[in-house]
Amino acid sequence: MGEISNPGLQQDGFDLTQFYGVFFEEARENLANMESLLLDIDVARPSNEELNAIFRVAHSIKGGAATFGFADVASLTHELETLLDRLRRNELALKRSMVDLLLEAGDVVKAQLACYQSGTDERPPVDALIERIRKMASGQDAAPGGPSAARSLRVTIGPLKSGEAADGLAELFRDIPTLGSIEALDDGVLASDGLRRFKVTTASPDSELLELFSFHVAREQVCIESFGAASAAPAASAKAPAAAAQHPDPEAAPARTTEGDGYGFFVDPKTLAAQTAARAAAADAEAAHRSETRGRADKAAGGALESTTLRVDVEKVDQLINLVGELVITQAMLSQQAKDLDAVQFSALLGGITDLERNSRHLQETVMSIRMIPMAFVFNRFPRLIRDLASRLDKQIELRLVGEATEMDKGLIEKIVDPLTHLVRNSADHGIETPARRQAAGKTPHGTITLSAAHQGGSILIEVRDDGQGLRRERILDKARERGLAVRDDMSDAEVWALIWEPGFSTADQVSDVSGRGVGMDVVRRNITALNGTVELDSAEGYGTRVTVRLPLTLAIMDGMSIGVGGETYILPLASVVESFQVMPGMVQSVGATGRVVKVRDEFLPVVALDDIFNVPRQDGERGPEIMMIVEAEGRRVAALVDELLGQHQVVVKNLETNYRRVPDISGATILGDGRVALIVDTAGLVKRARH
Amino acid sequence: MQSILAVDDSASMRQMVSFTLKGAGYHVIEAADGQEAYEKAMTQSVDLVLTDQNMPRMDGVTLVKNLRGLPAYLSTPILILTTESSDEMKSKGRAAGATGWLVKPFDPSKLLEVIRKVIR
Amino acid sequence: MGMMERMEVRTGAATAAGVSEFLTFKLGGEEYGIDILKVQEIRCYEAVTRIANAPAFIKGVVNLRGVIVPIVDLRVKFALGEARYDTFTVVIILNVAGRVVGAVVDSVSDVMELGEGHVKPAPEFNSLLDAGYIMGLGTVQSGEGERLLILVDIERLMSSPDMGLLERAAA
Repeated sequence: MGEISNPGLQQDGFDLTQFYGVFFEEARENLANMESLLLDIDVARPSNEELNAIFRVAHSIKGGAATFGFADVASLTHELETLLDRLRRNELALKRSMVDLLLEAGDVVKAQLACYQSGTDERPPVDALIERIRKMASGQDAAPGGPSAARSLRVTIGPLKSGEAADGLAELFRDIPTLGSIEALDDGVLASDGLRRFKVTTASPDSELLELFSFHVAREQVCIESFGAASAAPAASAKAPAAAAQHPDPEAAPARTTEGDGYGFFVDPKTLAAQTAARAAAADAEAAHRSETRGRADKAAGGALESTTLRVDVEKVDQLINLVGELVITQAMLSQQAKDLDAVQFSALLGGITDLERNSRHLQETVMSIRMIPMAFVFNRFPRLIRDLASRLDKQIELRLVGEATEMDKGLIEKIVDPLTHLVRNSADHGIETPARRQAAGKTPHGTITLSAAHQGGSILIEVRDDGQGLRRERILDKARERGLAVRDDMSDAEVWALIWEPGFSTADQVSDVSGRGVGMDVVRRNITALNGTVELDSAEGYGTRVTVRLPLTLAIMDGMSIGVGGETYILPLASVVESFQVMPGMVQSVGATGRVVKVRDEFLPVVALDDIFNVPRQDGERGPEIMMIVEAEGRRVAALVDELLGQHQVVVKNLETNYRRVPDISGATILGDGRVALIVDTAGLVKRARH
Repeated sequence: MQSILAVDDSASMRQMVSFTLKGAGYHVIEAADGQEAYEKAMTQSVDLVLTDQNMPRMDGVTLVKNLRGLPAYLSTPILILTTESSDEMKSKGRAAGATGWLVKPFDPSKLLEVIRKVIR
Repeated sequence: MGMMERMEVRTGAATAAGVSEFLTFKLGGEEYGIDILKVQEIRCYEAVTRIANAPAFIKGVVNLRGVIVPIVDLRVKFALGEARYDTFTVVIILNVAGRVVGAVVDSVSDVMELGEGHVKPAPEFNSLLDAGYIMGLGTVQSGEGERLLILVDIERLMSSPDMGLLERAAA
């Protein structure tokens, strides 16, 4: 068995680099799985199933890493495997410190893989970690099986084709200083019997040496004996190392008929080959019959097997979404063209167009849902984060997750992670108090941070809530004064909280390295605004704080309501339209100098005239706007004054900023059935205007 | 064309094995664990089974035992891929009815070499 | 003509060594040339959707085969008399600064090849454009005389802050 090649080197004409991608992804998933299992595990009574699952993760990564030549990953995971093996066999009791160590090791493996993936030559240091894992695996408190005193061994390796294969052993001793020492007895030259000979001084057991050596040479080629004992087998027969190399295992050594370099057969392969050939002949005759049965069985089996998923390039999905978008535009155009056709004469055509509309809608809904991913993807990193934070800050923090199944567009999800992480850290750092302070205040010693996600109208609402000390009004005001910000004592709470968004603001007693300075909050807000979202703070001193993030669901295709304003067409997102009605004289009343309101049932809603906001040119004598559209955004309502309702249809949302820039009060553009561009009104902006 | 059932819970390993075997002219059926392999084995016959040992749901040795219980697999060559070539593992494999074993990590050419010893 | 400092033609592909191709157009009685590689296509002016509260020279946006493209009227921007919009009004669709934008001009002429020898640095009297946008003056044989082309760095011009097409970087 040859050495593990350097990653990337071809092995006997096989280029393994093509499998790296899958291996890295697989390893990442495995590590995530392991972390989640470790976080959930009950240290006092771990289930066998869980321990086995965690063991398999380490085992799987080790196998792949060794096969593809990532030696350091293989050695580290090997150590983990050893520890986990003992745990799953109940040879060791699980302790919290073990869980911590395993979590830490998982992080290091992640880092190692990242180094390989990014192509850098740097590797994270692992020696100390490996040492700690070994100690843990050997049950440092347990008396039996402890490390023995150093002993001298004669190690014979072979038969080998070349002497260099065994040089890897010397490397092992260099990389693992606590392993002991190794000395070549043959001056590094392969003897005529194909064997290399070394003297090893070590305190580690044989089993451990064998496991390490097997990274460079096959176990069967290693022969370990006491130094000083009469050198047996090697001189006598080349086969001997194979025979003597096994674990001192009570079970009888199997009589092998054939054995080679890293493999073996229990049955003579020659007779086997003959048997197989005979079977094949007989099998051919039955082929037709079998394939029929197989077909039926597969269908039955298909239902029983676990769900299948497909890995797809994000680019392909985006391309698909764009194409569907174009399709919707074309379909809208066809609908438009066919609008005025005689219903009887063209009934077949019109029927087809109706079908087309329905099919397009279904297609687009399905395609859009491909990019939607559950919030769980974002939330899943927080249990670990909270655990680490709580431990570092000496606080007890419980994390509650609500609405993990709520879906959000993949692109948005990636961008929301950083701001959310910052908010959670803030809660843990500045919000939740220490157990002592909490108890003094009559609260439970552990604080709770709740992360929730839900859909509301055309937006997704994400909340980070804690039951900590809340925002302290006076401290914020003091700090603001200190920084020269204009504050008044009679500012409402909401206005005081809003001061936190100012750059450089922080009322933390000391800058902890956990969430850094207050510089974070204004960056958080900017990140969220860049996603066309909003973020708000609310708090009650002594009770807790709540941060609410509202993001538009990026639907590239949405339902829109076309409205006419002075000859121009605008689009309102259908999801924000509550109702509409014709304006009768006397309905609209003036308030103050420029404000207008309209009474809708028991509510007075501010009136916003779209021809005003959009400076729509009006002809003399033109009839003014007559329709009031009640629009809701961000929990508030406003009455928009327009000329006419033109209709409802699906629109493909196009970004204005691709070639132009952000336009106030406009959230995007779309292409109408007649090919012209119509602007989509930013209802959130509209609502904000009305407040002032 | 001869067919091989390759069983391993690691997708990257399966890919590599599959790629190697297909390149050598074999038809390859993949399974991610013993249970899936067993189910597939029941509905089609193969000329060789290559299985990993450590897998969820049903491990390699158990798979071998179960396969030997199927009439069609009484003498099908079954090789266990294992990272441990301890006597313990070998005797378990032997007792279950495996034809042989192959130590992981192995390189593709070794895999083909061993397989050629067993089937054409 | 003597030896003068050659003004490097910053853009433009070399068709042969030192030769670049320019699209020529007329604006306010003068003739300009821009790097042909920046030109995506030429269109007539139609179906422009107005953008509220935008400067007067930004006419709005159009649908170019599914892409939303802003249209800038250079005649309005540089106050070159009355800007007419009829079937002869021409829009040059440009690919500059990673965006697609359209510019309305008086008329479009042809594509000219200019060797380095035919490009000289521009004197400073040109009132229309900041000297920074001018790459040089080109001379072209036309019939019996010479045409003078003002070579413009159209990418720089369209990306400039006062053109208002690009969002200003967040402070």
